[in-house]
Amino acid sequence: MTLSAQVLPAHHRHCDDLFVDAEECVQRGDWAVAATAFGHFHDQINTHFDAEETLLFPAFEAATGMSSGPTQMMRHEHEQMRSLLAQLEAACAAHDGEAYAGSAETLLMLMQQHNMKEENILYPMCDQALGPQAEILGSKLDAMLEKGHA
Amino acid sequence: MQPALSFEQAPPISVPYRFFLTAPVFGAVAGLVLAWFGPVALQSRWSPGALAMTHLIVVDFMLQAMCGSLLQFVAVVAGNNIWRPHLVASLVHPMITAGAVFLATAFLLEQPILFLVAALVFAAALGLFLTVMAIALLRTPARGMSIHILRLAVFGLLVTVALGATLAVTLGLQADAATTWSLLAMINVHVAWGLAGWALMLVIGVSILVVPMFQLTPAYPDWMTRALPAGLFLILCLWSLQLFAPKDTVQAWQSGVALAGMLLAGAYAITTLWLQSRRRRRLTDATFILWRVAMLSLLAFAMSWVIFDLVPQLGDHSRAPLWLGVLALPGVFLSVITGMLYKIMPFLNWLHLQQQGGSAIPPPNMKQMIPEASMRRQMWLHITALGLLLAAVLWPALASTAGLAFFASCIWLEWNLIGAARVYARFRDKIRAAAVAQHGTPPI
Repeated sequence: MTLSAQVLPAHHRHCDDLFVDAEECVQRGDWAVAATAFGHFHDQINTHFDAEETLLFPAFEAATGMSSGPTQMMRHEHEQMRSLLAQLEAACAAHDGEAYAGSAETLLMLMQQHNMKEENILYPMCDQALGPQAEILGSKLDAMLEKGHA
Repeated sequence: MQPALSFEQAPPISVPYRFFLTAPVFGAVAGLVLAWFGPVALQSRWSPGALAMTHLIVVDFMLQAMCGSLLQFVAVVAGNNIWRPHLVASLVHPMITAGAVFLATAFLLEQPILFLVAALVFAAALGLFLTVMAIALLRTPARGMSIHILRLAVFGLLVTVALGATLAVTLGLQADAATTWSLLAMINVHVAWGLAGWALMLVIGVSILVVPMFQLTPAYPDWMTRALPAGLFLILCLWSLQLFAPKDTVQAWQSGVALAGMLLAGAYAITTLWLQSRRRRRLTDATFILWRVAMLSLLAFAMSWVIFDLVPQLGDHSRAPLWLGVLALPGVFLSVITGMLYKIMPFLNWLHLQQQGGSAIPPPNMKQMIPEASMRRQMWLHITALGLLLAAVLWPALASTAGLAFFASCIWLEWNLIGAARVYARFRDKIRAAAVAQHGTPPI
């Protein structure tokens, strides 16, 4: 397995953990800690989107010549998730537990099925298309993303 | 051809929704049948009331919900290669609905001609559905265990329908047919493929994807995702060999094959419960609890079967199969289906509305599609009805009460689902009105 197929799925799991941390704080009504926990999650998921949109997807598009294929769909889903993240941020600021729970539920569904598509389809396609380049790209991605559990 | 990554591959929302909104109605009818017939319906699995209720639940509730989900799911997972989903749904949905009504009425009134009509309608409806599904699943470029398991499940439905139609024709012609096969062996094999080869296979395929996804549990072990479907399929093939045994003899090996099946089902239930106990997301919602109820029912089913096998005084009782039937149908399958509908409909609502309105008119979030409290209360009513149905098998005097509780639970489910569909319609109209106001034309 190449680095890009290992680094990004591991970071998906990391983001899941951060998502759960923030959701639990909100459920407890501990808004001070929730703001920090959500901030951390938001920061990491944004970094993840950026890493894919600025490094992985352009490399894949250049290697395959496909710019309107799967990467366009993934970008579109990133946008959908960004708009839910903005709703979560607003709910967090307004201390609105109900709005947070609803947007979080929606984001989780979207995020999980998005991750599944990336991990089962797109990342293996990237590894195949990029060949030896994949490992170099993997190191670059690795450097951008936070590792391990906070 | 690229594997599925695109939203455009999802069929129009009306395709799955017509199936979802029909399903609980016939569960409610089954509840009324039990309330009306009372203890008589629970004398044995062969009573007209029991047969009618069973088929209302398996065909009109379970099959409707599962066909609707498959049309949605296969389109997304296997790529956009389902032949004209809208047309298929428009034909298959009314035919399944009518076929189930014919079949249930045939059992209740013991009218041979209705069995023939039902057999004909089901053969046409499911012949079309299975052909479309088989082509989509065989020609898809997508790979992976879920595609493989879906193929096995669709094959399971094929065997179930073929045997079911043969049985219905046998009853319709009142041929003490079975010149070649014993009627009881055919029923045994029909039930096994329906419950395990189709329904449980589908639940296994779905759980591998969604159990980790909803609650962030660890994934099912790799070997298990391979061994479960293959093992189940092998056991069903062995179980089917009883068709070729000399008529009216119960073979010793049948019991061994069934026990192996129970072991497998029990192992799957325990694994799922164990994975759920290791979930990272601690939040519990109706879907989560309903999955747990389903897995506990499956475990209870497997254990009851083993006990019935070991203690013939219990196993030979005429109501023993009804105990198993209640655990399997409302216990395992309706619990899973209800739990899944409570996730699928809010998410599909959101996805379709988001697609139409974009970020300019953000849709309501998933929890605003069906009120959480209403889902929870319906869930508790479903669990109460399940408990009462089990109690009614032990004390048939409770039959009418249990029937009414089950009726109420199905009606409430229907109410919740209609609520979700109405939220969708209201918000879609709002998006259209906004587009007309802005551009003078509605969005496509």
